[in-house]
Amino acid sequence: MEVKIKSMKHEDFKDNEYIDNLVEQLRAGGTNIIVGKLDQLMNWGVSNSLWPLCFGTSCCAIEFMCLGAARYDMARYGFEVARNSPRQADYIMCQGTINYRMAPALKRLYEQMAEPKYVIACGSCTVSGGPFKNSYCVVKGVDEIIPVDVYLPGCPPRPEAFFYALMQLQRKIKVQKYFGGVNRKEKLELKYDGQALQEETK
Amino acid sequence: MAEIENKITQLCPQAQVDTTGEFPLVTVDDAQWHDLARALKTQMHYDVLSAVVGMDWTEALGCVYYLTNTSTHELLHVKVATTDRQNPRLHSVVDLWPVANFQEREVYDFFGIVFIGHPDMRRMFLRTDWVGYPLRKDYDPASNPLRLEDETNEDYTCRWVEDENGKVKKIDGKVFEDDEYVINVGPQHPSTHGVMRYRASLDGEIVKKIDVVSGYIHRGIEKICEDLTYPQMLLYTERMDYMAAHINRHCMCMCVEKALGIEVPHRAELIRLMMDELMRLSSHLLSYGCLTMDQGATTAFFYGFRERELIYDIFDRTCGARMSMSYSCIGGVVADVHEDFIKDVRHACDVIEKNLAEYHKLFTGNVIAVNRMTGVGLLSKQDAIDYDITGPSGRASGWHCDVRKTNPYSLYNEFDFDEVVYENGDSMDRYMVRMKEMEQCIKILRQACDKLEAEGVQGEYCAPKVPKVMKLPVGHWYQQVEASRGAFGVYIESDGGTKPVRVHFQSPCFNLIGVVDLTCRDNMIADLITITASLDFVIPDIDR
Repeated sequence: MEVKIKSMKHEDFKDNEYIDNLVEQLRAGGTNIIVGKLDQLMNWGVSNSLWPLCFGTSCCAIEFMCLGAARYDMARYGFEVARNSPRQADYIMCQGTINYRMAPALKRLYEQMAEPKYVIACGSCTVSGGPFKNSYCVVKGVDEIIPVDVYLPGCPPRPEAFFYALMQLQRKIKVQKYFGGVNRKEKLELKYDGQALQEETK
Repeated sequence: MAEIENKITQLCPQAQVDTTGEFPLVTVDDAQWHDLARALKTQMHYDVLSAVVGMDWTEALGCVYYLTNTSTHELLHVKVATTDRQNPRLHSVVDLWPVANFQEREVYDFFGIVFIGHPDMRRMFLRTDWVGYPLRKDYDPASNPLRLEDETNEDYTCRWVEDENGKVKKIDGKVFEDDEYVINVGPQHPSTHGVMRYRASLDGEIVKKIDVVSGYIHRGIEKICEDLTYPQMLLYTERMDYMAAHINRHCMCMCVEKALGIEVPHRAELIRLMMDELMRLSSHLLSYGCLTMDQGATTAFFYGFRERELIYDIFDRTCGARMSMSYSCIGGVVADVHEDFIKDVRHACDVIEKNLAEYHKLFTGNVIAVNRMTGVGLLSKQDAIDYDITGPSGRASGWHCDVRKTNPYSLYNEFDFDEVVYENGDSMDRYMVRMKEMEQCIKILRQACDKLEAEGVQGEYCAPKVPKVMKLPVGHWYQQVEASRGAFGVYIESDGGTKPVRVHFQSPCFNLIGVVDLTCRDNMIADLITITASLDFVIPDIDR
């Protein structure tokens, strides 16, 4: 059941229950061996070459720069190719407060990214508004605008926490299905829609 | 004080002068304000407009202007108010102090006060379709929900002018002419050092005009602070200019301590000063790293960050956090320093001093660096004073503006260090001032280490009698410190309660964006990046 991350053991992650449930859900019904292997190969590639979008609005961005510099060196994990164009990036690490003026721009950046795309809400401000929750122009958590994969609290989080969040994202990626699963899901949705349609017409 | 009072009453008999506070306070009607301002500037050497604080006193709206005398470095403040809440109007002083351009736009944005004679009366930080004025006491936060549609570009501007009969009328204008070629940079752009947006009008590759669009990280800190007690407010100071977190917090603490009359122990002040200098060192290292990276020297960025980690380790061991340390508190510091603190600081000083020589060898003399920075982005001394460009950028233009020297605070009197001043005011000089200032930081830190060592391992790090519930007496206070990027000011107005009536932060970076247009004009568009990197602003400090 477990999702293997090379540099960290399963029990070292703190929310295994959630990931285990996710794995169980995804693997229910089994997978075709060829499609499954293809998925594994794809996920191996995607999870080890996650390219971030340079998107820092405040303090968290400085810690992210530390992550790129010599001591923490995120190149070890394949995270280092920070892209300036959303079209070349795999995930947005949303660092810093998002206010009402920035919100449409962030939404557009997310929409411009190519699939598969992920979002990490980094720092208290993006998780919930943080210390600026009572402000007249701060978005209370980026999940109001875009879907979030991993929440990373802290003000700002330490570089070690950044790595933790990124490895959580890797785990999530390692269980996703591009080939068999997605197609089946789409069919199911279609079927459900068809049923609903029929029922309505009745 | 009496001299100033006499002189001002001579210049303007209607003005009331109050010399009981920390700085002389002049209260004047709007009708006489512009003439008085001109006289203060031309006859009394108040050349610098340090801060414009918009105010809502419920019964009246108005501004408090802080002026600095460049020869004596004394401060003076002027209060101008209007009782008309429907159409509040004051006279602009942009023609006297160009720094007022953005300052008055900010006041217009927050309070809706229209400045007569201001050339470009647009909003500064908030969306173009914003309803109401958020810092007014009667503002309803429900009037502006989150909107996800894009705002329209601000292509039109307006100004209010007064004719001879005193009648005020509005004249519409355009930000850019129809035949201008305008390109957009930002808000999400790697070289703007955050979420900043420029609209640049170009002629070929030459920049003709830059319109700065700010506010993409405006968080309304000043309004939030009005609902908090004084110790709670401290944490927001660290989140504006996070590269001067200790220094900003120190400033806020000093302002409250001044109002409450708390005496800070010598050791606490010494620790604060050391933290300030470490912060400055870390900030200049970051500025070095970013400036070099913007010009393509990515390796230099790694060097800068390698040394910064040493400083972060010191913060980590003493305060328990790498950034946003929350170390100073009202009356002193939260806890005593770590037992290896002095050893660590000495080690960091040695390493950084050794490596600074290497930086110069690698980057300063490099032909690309020299060609891209020398003579680019000129800022004259007069412009630096007019636009109130303090800090390293102001000193690169030859203006002696270091608050640590002009109005010494904390223990800076006891230390031997030089104010680094260059003459040319180009990008190279701004870069060199920072490099040389790091050497001065090391010099101060070494002296401070000796002093702290003489005081022993442990000592009194916080004033013994700090009231649990802080109530500032009725009045207002202003405190300036030298942050990493210039003079940072805190204004607090209290009505005697546990919460302030108004808090204003005068950030150095806000003035820096005022000269982006001036310094980039007639330079190449590619130099926009070098110039803004050499001005070295932190965006959340601009927007607050």
